[in-house]
Amino acid sequence: MDQEIKIEVDNLNLYYGSLQALKDVRIQVSRKAITALIGPSGCGKTTFLRTLNRLNDLIDGVQISGQVLLDGEDIYGNGMDVVRLRKRVGMVFQKPNPFPMSVYDNVAYGPRIHGTRKRSRLDEIVEKSLRDAALWDEVKDRLKGSAMGLSGGQQQRLCIARLLAVEPEVILMDEPSSALDPISTLHIEELIRELKERYTIVIVTHNMQQAARVSDSTAFFLNGQIIEYDATEVIFTRPRDQRTEDYITGRFG
Amino acid sequence: MTFEDRKGRGRYSSRSDRLFTGLTLVMVVAILFLAGLMVLQLLVASIPAMQALGWHFLVGMDWDPVHEHFGALPFIYGTLASSLLALILAAPLGIGVAIFLAELAPPWFRAPVSFMVELLAAIPSVVYGVWGLFVMAPWLRNMVQPWLSEHLGFLPFFQGPGFGVGILAAGLILAIMVVPTITAVSRDVLMAVPNHQREAMLALGATKWETTWKAVIPYGRSGIVGAIILALGRALGETMAATMVIGNSLDISISLFAPANTMASIIANSYAEATYGLHAAALIEIALILFVITLILNIVARLLVRRVAIGPVRMEA
Repeated sequence: MDQEIKIEVDNLNLYYGSLQALKDVRIQVSRKAITALIGPSGCGKTTFLRTLNRLNDLIDGVQISGQVLLDGEDIYGNGMDVVRLRKRVGMVFQKPNPFPMSVYDNVAYGPRIHGTRKRSRLDEIVEKSLRDAALWDEVKDRLKGSAMGLSGGQQQRLCIARLLAVEPEVILMDEPSSALDPISTLHIEELIRELKERYTIVIVTHNMQQAARVSDSTAFFLNGQIIEYDATEVIFTRPRDQRTEDYITGRFG
Repeated sequence: MTFEDRKGRGRYSSRSDRLFTGLTLVMVVAILFLAGLMVLQLLVASIPAMQALGWHFLVGMDWDPVHEHFGALPFIYGTLASSLLALILAAPLGIGVAIFLAELAPPWFRAPVSFMVELLAAIPSVVYGVWGLFVMAPWLRNMVQPWLSEHLGFLPFFQGPGFGVGILAAGLILAIMVVPTITAVSRDVLMAVPNHQREAMLALGATKWETTWKAVIPYGRSGIVGAIILALGRALGETMAATMVIGNSLDISISLFAPANTMASIIANSYAEATYGLHAAALIEIALILFVITLILNIVARLLVRRVAIGPVRMEA
């Protein structure tokens, strides 16, 4: 097994009822790197992202074939514990979705459900996660305050902190800054680059500049297929496929 | 006529539209007027009782139309006791069914079961009453009450002779009758909980159980409380079934085996005999109290249920 490959997807097909949303998707996601998924709306980026932590399982009528290997282990295999998988492969959503409770409790939530009860240990985890999510300085005096009172950008970083608290290996991000203003977006992007040191990150984005700024490699999706997958630099400077070039130069999408 | 045409001609484009608007408005005003009039009439008609009896009416325990003694406390007690018992039994059941329907059941199963549960609410209450009187009450008398008094007889709630009919029977019947309310409203509340809350939990590696108990239900809590209050309103006002199985006694007893009376049942049982002023006024005052209580409960419940759909209040820090 290649040590540099964290996730290996082969021949993945996904159907919503009779509609095929993903066609023969094949991609290798590198460990401790940022992989961006770009493409027009409805092209299957988000659907693909959600196959990586099996969140599509919740949707009625979804059928999946093919292979998704996480560290060489098929996550759709019989022995896979979905709950454990989702702890390893966490997700940040398009809209910040903190729980309607305090900042502290939001972050402590994951550790609590995974069995950490000791107050001092939880305090440590909360502080570390909030620091790692570059939010600690802004919220350290209002940990008991409601998470709903934070700004959108702070809420999104809180959701990232909440995720870091369960120590995932892979972080999936579904347009994490699309609901945020430019300054907050900048914060999130800086954060994503820092997180790369320790996590494998897959990010869906509509923002081409964002993909170019943060990612190491980029996959271009169109109609449920990966048209082109290469180093970000290559995709954005000398794409091999005409459709990729049309998309990144804004000719459609 | 195309959309463009209509847009150009303003909101009330033609005479017929205006007429239609006016007509339906009259209907709305009429129904509000009727409701208001009813409250007013209840109020006016109960004034003699209020003047003659004062606060004694609410705390007095004697109900003797022949001697013009009217104390409604036994009925208030019977109403509260049977309704609370109904809620204690129905709330866990109703919420459990709602959780199953909203969170766990596959879609092909959800629709028919929801339909059947809601069908329970469509059964006329007299049917519940007949069933309660002829099937449930004997079962209580022969099976349940002997068992309860043997094993839990040290509690004051399960003492005294079991007749079958009584507060226990009324509470059980009311419980069955309010389960559909609790289930239907709670299910809608749970389904209104945004999916991103569930996904946030699942993406942290939570199980279905943890997601339901720690994210979905807390998010919908106020709405579920609303569902229970709505059910309470229904139980308090339910007349026919409760009247048929509660045993119609004028006493207050702590035992659930004892027969009692509800506010609704005393009205139903004695309106025909209320031939002179004060008796009738006393019954009307009971009706007024019942009306006001259920009105308040309904308003509170609806506000609580609506809050879930709007989402948690954004608190300014």
